[in-house]
Amino acid sequence: MESATRLAGKLDEESAAWLRRLGAEGGQRQAAERELHTMLVRSALAEVRRRSASTPVTGQELDDVAHQAADDAMLAILAKLGGFRGESRFTTWAYRFVILEVSAKLGRHYWRHQSAALDAGQWERLPDRFGIDPTRYAEAAGILAEVRRVVEQEMTAHQRRVFTAIVVDEVPLDALAAELGLRRNAIYKVVFDARRKIRLALVANGYLEDPDGGRQ
Amino acid sequence: MSEPGRLERFLRTDPRDVGCDEAMAVLHVYVDLMAGGEDAAGRYPGVAAHLEACGPCGEDFTGLLLAVTSN
Repeated sequence: MESATRLAGKLDEESAAWLRRLGAEGGQRQAAERELHTMLVRSALAEVRRRSASTPVTGQELDDVAHQAADDAMLAILAKLGGFRGESRFTTWAYRFVILEVSAKLGRHYWRHQSAALDAGQWERLPDRFGIDPTRYAEAAGILAEVRRVVEQEMTAHQRRVFTAIVVDEVPLDALAAELGLRRNAIYKVVFDARRKIRLALVANGYLEDPDGGRQ
Repeated sequence: MSEPGRLERFLRTDPRDVGCDEAMAVLHVYVDLMAGGEDAAGRYPGVAAHLEACGPCGEDFTGLLLAVTSN
């Protein structure tokens, strides 16, 4: 807390007040913690409701996710208070913890509601995934077959599994990360590299033009 | 050769894209700039490219921006 106290002099008034109160002893600190927790719960509840259309989690379980996210965010904030550098307002820094907790928890809860296997591989639904009009399925068949060929023949088993889950079967990225015990960034990087590899193959084989002249 | 537009856009990658870890590490700074009417994307083009391409990080960005502007 010593560094936070020094920092308080360079912050906006509201952020400085938060640091002073959370760094105090006794009742002042407890009051600040209660106030912060109330703000985190309110934000978490708003966030799970905003995301309710895109998660199978509903009702009381959704509210429970919000409260758990707020509790865990509170612990993380207090543990990392000394790491707050004043690059943003204190409340923005604090809200980031609760928003990321909501994401991670909804990803983990996803599998309690999904019966689909991780490796469903619903390739026949790929045209719908990319909004291809049914009247143009035949026209798109060649390019989609090439996408599948690259995935099945030019990717490692891990790349293939991740790409198929995320892109073909539409498993939420955070849910897959939770299931595989990986960080979100690790999943994203696999899909990012796969997108680049597939695009290069489609350009090389004449399915796509390359307006960038080879620049990705 | 007809190009399915969404597929082509999905496959296009931006070399400035910094990835999830780096984008999330500065998300609070980025959102504060946005909330203050400043040019966050100009200051952090790699973060902007990532938030455009990554659905989950884009959701986190939207959620955080709403949290700070509605409280």
